[in-house]
Amino acid sequence: MTNGWVDIKNADVILAMGGNPAENHPCGFKWAIEAKKTRNAKLVVVDPRFTRTAAVADVYAQLRPGSDIAFLNGIIRYAIETKRFHEDYVKLFTNAPYIINEKFAFDDGLFSGWDDTSKSYDKSAWAYQPNPTTNSYDVDPTLQHPRCVFQLLKKHVDRYTPEMVERITGTPKETFLNVAKVVTSTGNAERVGTITYALGWTQHSVGVQMIRAAATLQLLLGNVGRPGGGVNALRGHSNIQGCTDMGGTFEILSGYLATPRSELPDLDTYLQKVTPTTLNSQAWASMNYWQNYPKLMVSLLKSIYGKAATKENDFGYSWLPKTDGNYSWMYLFDEMYRGSSNRAGGVEPGPEGLVTAGMNPASIGPNAPKMVAALSKLKWLVVVENYEIETATFWKAPAEYGGAPVAEIQTEVFQLPASGFAEKDGSFTNSARWVQWKWKAVDAPGQSKTDQEIIARIFLAVRDLYQKEGGALPEAVLNVAWNYTNPASPDLGEVLREINGKALEDLFEPPKDPKDLKEPKKLIKAAGQQLDSFGQLRADGSTSCGNWLYTGCYTEAGNNTQRRNNADPSGLGMFHQWTFSWPANRRVMYNRASADAAGKAWDPTRPGIQWNGEKWGGPDVPDIAPDSPPGKFGAFIMLPEGSGRLFAPVLADGPFAEHYESVEAAIQNPLHPKVTSNPASRRFSTKFDKYGTAAEYPIVCTTYRLTEMYHYWTKNTGRLNQLQPGFFIELPEQLAKENGIANGEQVRVISARGEVQGVAMVTKRLGPMVVDGKPLWHIGFPIHWGYTGEEGHLGPLANMLTPSAMDANTWTPEFKTFLVRLEKGRPLKST
Amino acid sequence: MPIQGLEVLQSSASLRGQNTGLRVLAKVSKYIDTSTCIGCKACEVACQEWNDLPVVPTQQVGTYQTLPTLQADFWNLIRFNEQEFEGGLAWLMRKDQCMHCADPGCLAACPAPGAIVQYANGIVDVNAENCIGCGLCETGCPFDVPRFSAKTGKMSKCTLCVDRVDSGLEPACIKACPTGCLHFGTKEDMVELGHARVKQLQANGFANAMLYDPPGVGGTGVVTVLAHGDKPELYGLPKDPRVPLSVTFSKRILKPLGIFAIGATLVGLFTHYVRTGPKKPHDDNPPRTGG
Repeated sequence: MTNGWVDIKNADVILAMGGNPAENHPCGFKWAIEAKKTRNAKLVVVDPRFTRTAAVADVYAQLRPGSDIAFLNGIIRYAIETKRFHEDYVKLFTNAPYIINEKFAFDDGLFSGWDDTSKSYDKSAWAYQPNPTTNSYDVDPTLQHPRCVFQLLKKHVDRYTPEMVERITGTPKETFLNVAKVVTSTGNAERVGTITYALGWTQHSVGVQMIRAAATLQLLLGNVGRPGGGVNALRGHSNIQGCTDMGGTFEILSGYLATPRSELPDLDTYLQKVTPTTLNSQAWASMNYWQNYPKLMVSLLKSIYGKAATKENDFGYSWLPKTDGNYSWMYLFDEMYRGSSNRAGGVEPGPEGLVTAGMNPASIGPNAPKMVAALSKLKWLVVVENYEIETATFWKAPAEYGGAPVAEIQTEVFQLPASGFAEKDGSFTNSARWVQWKWKAVDAPGQSKTDQEIIARIFLAVRDLYQKEGGALPEAVLNVAWNYTNPASPDLGEVLREINGKALEDLFEPPKDPKDLKEPKKLIKAAGQQLDSFGQLRADGSTSCGNWLYTGCYTEAGNNTQRRNNADPSGLGMFHQWTFSWPANRRVMYNRASADAAGKAWDPTRPGIQWNGEKWGGPDVPDIAPDSPPGKFGAFIMLPEGSGRLFAPVLADGPFAEHYESVEAAIQNPLHPKVTSNPASRRFSTKFDKYGTAAEYPIVCTTYRLTEMYHYWTKNTGRLNQLQPGFFIELPEQLAKENGIANGEQVRVISARGEVQGVAMVTKRLGPMVVDGKPLWHIGFPIHWGYTGEEGHLGPLANMLTPSAMDANTWTPEFKTFLVRLEKGRPLKST
Repeated sequence: MPIQGLEVLQSSASLRGQNTGLRVLAKVSKYIDTSTCIGCKACEVACQEWNDLPVVPTQQVGTYQTLPTLQADFWNLIRFNEQEFEGGLAWLMRKDQCMHCADPGCLAACPAPGAIVQYANGIVDVNAENCIGCGLCETGCPFDVPRFSAKTGKMSKCTLCVDRVDSGLEPACIKACPTGCLHFGTKEDMVELGHARVKQLQANGFANAMLYDPPGVGGTGVVTVLAHGDKPELYGLPKDPRVPLSVTFSKRILKPLGIFAIGATLVGLFTHYVRTGPKKPHDDNPPRTGG
């Protein structure tokens, strides 16, 4: 989230789209209800299904799964057309005035720079036009230049008329226009609106571009950086934010630092590649915060390798593993299944072993039969879990998953019982970036151990083997700093201290005059002291820090994530003394944009930060150099141009969001039939990777989650099984009638990958839709069941049906839109 | 079991009636705003957990609703109803439970002395020790709430967590509600809260919004905000609930007569005893055993 949960109460309009917060984030959703009750805020829900969020909405619009970009671009067009956008904000804080070079074009579904052989774009075709005289970029502050971002955006969205929106999304024009009107009512200084989203956007082959469209809209409306505004990702698990922050995916280390790649052999080459230079040195210049990359990276290396990391050995950079390809989920399992991988260095064998902790690959991967088949190729599999999950028992998965006969599977499976979240201390980082400590509530049962003990014991055993027997790349293991009081089970408080970072030597303020040797040195931190903020990090090896964003969470004052003071002087729900929020305990990111050119709050009743003539003051922690007068720096300090991007020349599939059909496309793209789906999205080609066509599979299907259940866990919990006893498939009334299916009867849903059977839930909440002039049905089912769990509450894996399709930027699977057909269920076997 | 320290206002099948010597306690009430209920069912689980109710067997039959109706071991049920209106679809959700009527029909219908009590704060509770499991309370309830438990042979229903309330805590369902669509407090405060929300709903286009607090049962200890207040039956609530006439008749007319009859019988028995002496045991009449 750019903002936070509590901040939703400050919104005048809440657009819940690509997410279902009432059902999946019921506790955070209280703030949407609060806004409705106290501000008479309007909750707008745009969703293929009439969900429990829609049940409490003020405005509801049904749209076809996967058509969100068309809907959002339609609102952007409406905002520009009717001048319902925040013009002052747009001119000050976005890249709307920037001129784009002449190479940029968009033609028949493809942006310029497309290479059909590599199926990728050359992004240099989308660059800003440099201005050699100003050593900056060409801009047109009047927004009139035909190649300025604003005019290009206007042209790009011009095709998304209300009629076209209706044709693509199936949302009736009047309903769409009503949503557009309510949402754009915040395009001014007086009002603010927020957008909340979740996996309903990320899990598409155009997932990132859906979020781009939302960000573009929010920048246009002037809603980013302001209390009550923002683009807010509602994270799905209690600590998935923390997982991402700490390098949860293969391409990032902790603090979102890039994982080194094999073509960057030493620290200098790496830093040169990843550290951006300022693109904009004029007024409203960029602070270009990422220029501090060397400080962040060296401090991270020092925290990993401790004393072994020295300037002479590049602080151990060479010991870090380097990536040489794509290690995201679908690639990994594809290689596991095929038994070989194409790497930068040539073809190599696929992975032979897998350690999975807090993760259930057999259930959560798309195309479940392929997941099961891939697992059966492993020599060994370690499952760290608190239940016996589908992954641990993949070898006895029911026949319909198509796995090999048990006798042919050679995988050795180790199950390590792990304690659950309530059985250990530690911290959760929530969607609002609040790192909150929680305390152990109950003892773990049996011989189960905490994750840190399991990891530590494996590490110590491996290190022991290396010490005794040696092995490949010994430094990477032997040089790891492991300075915990109990090395076999590190205290997570100690780990958090390490993440926060400390001074390794006495740190002094840089001298005002380096030549004046008599100038007294001012001590910032003595050696060994905990750091207060990432501003104290150094690139010379004198500081260590496990994640620069978390610096400040555990200072000399103690573990700040345990703070529980609910004082809220501003009344805006910022709670600066409640736990620690990254970065720098800031509650609203980009909050410079909450104030106008002179530094006065756009809305004095909802200030973010304000300029008092000398420095920036609260209520929030300023997201800008505190003493930089208004006009010096732009609000988007992490970007090298310092301006919010209406045009993002960095994504794999285009600088503007464009509507593409899902990989399994229900219709030809009405905008450009030759390029129907996202051209930059990859497919796979094993025998399991089948893709269906609309001729064979005419119904659009989506998957989702229920309030009553948590992922694939709670089917082990009696009280919750009672609330949602089993798998079901939601069908529109008319479709059920056409197929002779009554509520409660068994029904089968079939995709190109497989089929599932369950109880039909016939409902008015999924309507008939008219898309591209023809009737189109859409159905859906929840994900929570599988072949392990409490007796009587087993069911098919939803991912039996989902395709090997993914987003072009993040490689996230397309769980939310695929094609199926419907048949009556087979009689249930009597038991 | 009656809660120590909570004084009883009225009690089933007893003459105790309106006790004028009672300490005056504010009437308590739950507040349910159906227009902000998200049907998460946290209240269902909280109710079961606090009241030590076992997991009940359920089956997916094509609805989000946990069970068709309340059960002896399930006192709090969210009812779901998909309803089409002129302005579009609505998915109505209402927390079904004992309404804690000011004039409780169950209490009126109950023939077992002290089996159903109404405390001075308005909470209506079943006192299992005195319950004879006859099921007559069901006939007295216009909301179809009390349930007979075959396991215990007693009637059961929501107690409004009288044990928590007596210790100064809110009921478990209120505590668990994540959105704040449930509140607990004095009846006066809850009615005020309800009227404010109704006013807001009316201003937002729900002209028929109302606070459900039916006078036919003297008002309830659960007040409910309904956006479509003209059609409470869409939420599974009777439009104008009243204690059935048969029960009122029995309470107001027959019960005094019955008490008179009991008195007359006692007099008769005494006379009989005085005239014929104590009864002699029959050897051929074995003692009753449970079964």
